[in-house]
Amino acid sequence: MTTASVSASDVISPPDLEVVNMTKQFGSLVALDHVSMHLKPGTFHALLGENGAGKSTLVKCIMGFYQPTSGDVLVGKRSREIASPKDAHQYGIGMVYQHFTSVPAMTVAENLVLSRFDPSVMIRWQEERDRLQAFMDQAPFQVDLEVPVAQLAAGQKQKLEILKQLYLNSRILILDEPTSVLTPGEADEVLGLLRQEVTNGRLSVLMISHKFREVMTFTDEVTVLRKGKFAGHGLVKDLTIADLSSMMLGEAREPKIVDKVITTADRPVLEFTDIHANKDNGLPAVRGTSLTVYSGEIVGIAGVSGNGQRELVEVLSGQRSPTTGTVVVNGTPYGATRSEMFHNGVFSLPEEPLRNACVPHMSVAENMALRTFDRPPQSKGSFLRLGSIRQMANRLIQQFSVKTPTPETPISHLSGGNVQRAVLARELSSDQINLLIAANPCFGLDFSAVEFIHGQIVAARNRGVAVLLVSEDLDELLSLADRIVVMSDGEFVYESAIADADLSTIGQRMAGH
Amino acid sequence: MRDTPWLRKSEPLVISAGAIAVALALFGLFCAIAGANPFGVYGSIYTAAFGSSSRIQGTLILASPLMLSALCTALPARLGLVIIGNEGALVVGGVGAVAMGLSLGTSLPPLLVQTLMAIAGMVAGGVWIGIVGALRHYRAVNETISSLLMNYIAIALLNHLVGGPMRDPSSLNKPSTFPLAAANMLGNLPGTRIHYGLIFGLVACGVAYVLIQRTTFGFAARTAGGNVRAARIAGLPVGRLAVTICFLAGACAGLAGMVEVAAVHGVANESLNAGYGYGGILVAFVARHNPLAAALIAVLVGGIVGSGGILQRTHSLPDATVLIFQGIMFLTILYSDSLYGKLAFFREQPVDIPPDPTPAAVETTV
Repeated sequence: MTTASVSASDVISPPDLEVVNMTKQFGSLVALDHVSMHLKPGTFHALLGENGAGKSTLVKCIMGFYQPTSGDVLVGKRSREIASPKDAHQYGIGMVYQHFTSVPAMTVAENLVLSRFDPSVMIRWQEERDRLQAFMDQAPFQVDLEVPVAQLAAGQKQKLEILKQLYLNSRILILDEPTSVLTPGEADEVLGLLRQEVTNGRLSVLMISHKFREVMTFTDEVTVLRKGKFAGHGLVKDLTIADLSSMMLGEAREPKIVDKVITTADRPVLEFTDIHANKDNGLPAVRGTSLTVYSGEIVGIAGVSGNGQRELVEVLSGQRSPTTGTVVVNGTPYGATRSEMFHNGVFSLPEEPLRNACVPHMSVAENMALRTFDRPPQSKGSFLRLGSIRQMANRLIQQFSVKTPTPETPISHLSGGNVQRAVLARELSSDQINLLIAANPCFGLDFSAVEFIHGQIVAARNRGVAVLLVSEDLDELLSLADRIVVMSDGEFVYESAIADADLSTIGQRMAGH
Repeated sequence: MRDTPWLRKSEPLVISAGAIAVALALFGLFCAIAGANPFGVYGSIYTAAFGSSSRIQGTLILASPLMLSALCTALPARLGLVIIGNEGALVVGGVGAVAMGLSLGTSLPPLLVQTLMAIAGMVAGGVWIGIVGALRHYRAVNETISSLLMNYIAIALLNHLVGGPMRDPSSLNKPSTFPLAAANMLGNLPGTRIHYGLIFGLVACGVAYVLIQRTTFGFAARTAGGNVRAARIAGLPVGRLAVTICFLAGACAGLAGMVEVAAVHGVANESLNAGYGYGGILVAFVARHNPLAAALIAVLVGGIVGSGGILQRTHSLPDATVLIFQGIMFLTILYSDSLYGKLAFFREQPVDIPPDPTPAAVETTV
């Protein structure tokens, strides 16, 4: 273990961390443009900005994943060369990633030992256990050492990620959107405990966040980036949410109220009854859910990720077979075959479109033709008509402003937002659309892309399309849905018209209460 | 962002050619260690393969079964399956063709018998690899392993049949089936000693290319091969595609078996199991599973296969030396796969556009 590596870190106070005039270029793209930031010892510092603002690039430069094009990192007031995460670790800097980095099949204790940078050839488990127990006893929060990580809840896993860094004696914690996978309750608990450590002067925390509420509640200082440039800095106590938002977005932007027309939701389009489905590992994920979605309404399914929403969506969109249950679309049994999809006008906007709805190495045009390639005019008999496929792609690229060099470019070369737009173009451009199944359609996208996608979904609803919208973003559901259902542990545990929805009840149901 | 299609298209050419060049260099090193002059060996291989019109014809004769058998790996590869059961499908195809040819005898016009023999060979090979596809889809059995093991079953089946039920008692040293009637043998292209199998091979490669690139079936197969989750969301029948493409793949190798018995051996015996199946795997990989490229590479590999004798005669290297060359070439080709996207020259743009996990760097500049 590296205990006494940082000159400035005695046992009490974490080192001072300063970034001076940092610039990072990737080819012609300037991801960071002369950004400076100061993380004072024993403070909780938030790094705010839209997607693509350069937050992740900045922390990755601090961590040594990237080498800055110019600029300095000062630890303990001295310029340091950080060539790799291992170097960063030497200076007491540790990072907790957005996604879990533990080995699910191994126990908490094994994961902690594994996380050390210098494991010895032999592990003396008895000694390790004693040491780990001693460490755990004085840690700000506890996780059972002998439990396999796979059995931990998301909040517990996130705690383990943080514990790992404390175990490695990191005095400066960098958190990359640490609460994106947690319930609000879990998030408050984890951040609250970290806040205590900071207040007691044992840690400094630099947290990337999108959530103003967390920034206002838990942090001392905030640095805002916009389009790779420094956009503002201040003490949280001097700032209002409106200030933060205007620093982040450039000008204060009200979230656009979506224009919903009044529709008569009377024709059932999607009806599913008593659906059961298993996870990949064979354990039950969906335990008997039933729902009817009518034409011209958006039914939102809320819930913390991992409560069976993904599996339910996969069943409905044909990616997974249900163990029992029936799906009926437009009054006829539905088995998600291609002809049923076509005749009933069923379309999907799955989460992670590159993984779920695109063939990465095929071209934008081919990906846009995925729904239509076997019908005239795109095919004649069994043969493709490449001209027609290209023509449609050009039209959709223009109509949905997909930024791609050419229709022939492999779709994996596009940015996330543009992949999403390409899929949206394919799924929403049909006149025949009747049912849309969307899952976290805006995950990880920035403001303008989100607004565009929301607008398109509501426009589809206004045309009489039945929409099933699964989302982990409650705000998204509250602003789009006509009816909201909460899914917890594989079952629907709450249902309400949006006007009567009670937020605190929804929150409790989501958390399994 | 700039887009340069020619650059993207030239990447596989440059990398494959580079891999073959490295294979040549390593093979030269091997020859030098074995006491032969590498450049002399290169020269001999070239002469043996392409040195004269007669030798080119010999090379093309070897290339025809390689083209067909390569498709057995190349077609399923577009669906993401790694099938190496070419040898087995070729063997059962040959047996099927002989069985058909012998049972029909001279009762029908030769052209009809040949057609039925070809169909029998294709169905036998097709079912053989079709089983692999079905096992894969319905029982999740790894298709590479099962197709490999199916090779042994096919060879054992061949040995059993030619040693027992189908044995011609007059074949003493080398148990064989009864010979096909001379009239039913595939003839040669006019003015050459190249049999019609070459035409089969070229046509099959052309048809396979059109099938994959230009038909809705090929589009569906490429989609399922590129991302099965996307294929499912589009409602494509992934299982049926897998079984169908495996059947077609096996049918190509089965046709190769038919060509071997009906144009070369006249009987089915252990000569069927002469390594064209394994050579086909090499051809498919070098061609990056592109059927048109496979036709060309098959000629190249056919030339190398045919040069074993000359290496023995003029350089006193064992004739299995060419297998070493094939092996080295296979390794360098497999290795070269890891270079795609890594050579800075072919980068269209800095791919590591960094930050957020699902970024939209372009979007923010709107």
